[in-house]
Amino acid sequence: MNLVILTTVELAATTTLLLLLLATPLAWWLARSGSWWKEIAGALSALPLVLPPTVIGFYVLVALGPASPLMAVLAPFGIHSLAFTFTGLVIGSLFYSLPFAVQPLRTAFEAVGDRPLELAATMGAGPLDRFVTVAMPLARRGFVAAAILVFAHTIGEFGVVLMIGGAIPGRTEVLSTRIYSLVESLQFGAAHVLAGGLTLFAFVALLGLLLADRRIGLRP
Amino acid sequence: MPDGTSVTAPAAALIAVELRGRRGDFALDVTFAVPAHGVTALIGRSGSGKTSVLRALAGLDRHVGVVRFGDAVWQDPARFVPAHRRCAGWVAQGSALLPHRTVAANLDYAARRAAPGPFDRADIIARTGIAAILDRRPATLSGGEAQRAAIARALLGQPALLLMDEPLSGLDVDARAGVIDAFAALFAGLSVPVVYVTHDIAEAERLATRVLRIDGGRIDG
Repeated sequence: MNLVILTTVELAATTTLLLLLLATPLAWWLARSGSWWKEIAGALSALPLVLPPTVIGFYVLVALGPASPLMAVLAPFGIHSLAFTFTGLVIGSLFYSLPFAVQPLRTAFEAVGDRPLELAATMGAGPLDRFVTVAMPLARRGFVAAAILVFAHTIGEFGVVLMIGGAIPGRTEVLSTRIYSLVESLQFGAAHVLAGGLTLFAFVALLGLLLADRRIGLRP
Repeated sequence: MPDGTSVTAPAAALIAVELRGRRGDFALDVTFAVPAHGVTALIGRSGSGKTSVLRALAGLDRHVGVVRFGDAVWQDPARFVPAHRRCAGWVAQGSALLPHRTVAANLDYAARRAAPGPFDRADIIARTGIAAILDRRPATLSGGEAQRAAIARALLGQPALLLMDEPLSGLDVDARAGVIDAFAALFAGLSVPVVYVTHDIAEAERLATRVLRIDGGRIDG
């Protein structure tokens, strides 16, 4: 059981960290660019919100399977398949939780506005300097929201991890898939404990999000 | 570094602007050259194009044309020196401070990125009268306090040119009087030129060495 919790938390933490790194430049571009193309990128990045998890899981599974072109590219590096591995789970989770990082960050970056960035420019701050010292601190609510939402959402994913990971105990089994197998084998008591625990966790995460937002919001 | 970063202009130097541009119905067609010392007021109604000229001087907007500051070419058909390489201090209407930093941290932000220059921190703080509000955040400042802090911040960036965009609009009558006095005291003997945009002729006459009128996107007389 501890191993399942460890795998789950490790997956959520890795996904959160990587996704904040990947989604930040994407959200910045979506918030700042005047390009018409960005709406296409915006729609693509929001797609996992409306797609069935099994669809995402299916495509990622095919892409990570031994017959895929991606694996043909990676084969010289000794990687022949990432299906049913922890790495595969992380890759699937990145797609699945992408909108939960991009949306709050984009909204927060849009709220920064031109004014503080222009001000910083006239004080001699170049583009990267402005991003780090002005945009990021002013958008910190977006970063907190993105981190909490991605972490909680990754803990809660089921369809994608089942498709890509196969719920192999000790390797790719996470809490949500453990609950499913417990129910299938009619162990309702244990399922109750895990389901209750996850419900409590989700509540605490959302409450934490609201409290953090309130606290940060008090200091503009 | 490109020559756009030249910090001081010789005494006979000019601020020379030649800009054409079109944004929707509004056409900008402005040519002028003024001495690069003293305070030049750019006066006109709202929508006259005065703010567009100032933003082009700061490097915040790009129109077609040429912008020179002394020997430095800030813009011509071949180049456009971005705002962060122009050494132009900027004070705009409303709060011209970084909202997430205290007044002192705003001064630090400008000072840390500035080349060595004539403006001394303690002296500027004393002359703008902001010693008591250094630890405050911009959101807690009155309009007059924010504008005095903003000009202190701009000067501690050791600018070669100070650009002010209606810094008094939005202030009530009492605050205006106080800030005008503070600006007049600062401008007397100021070693850098100022371009001061306003719609208020009395304000321009009080503060400026010379006045340029702009109307409908053109310099008028």
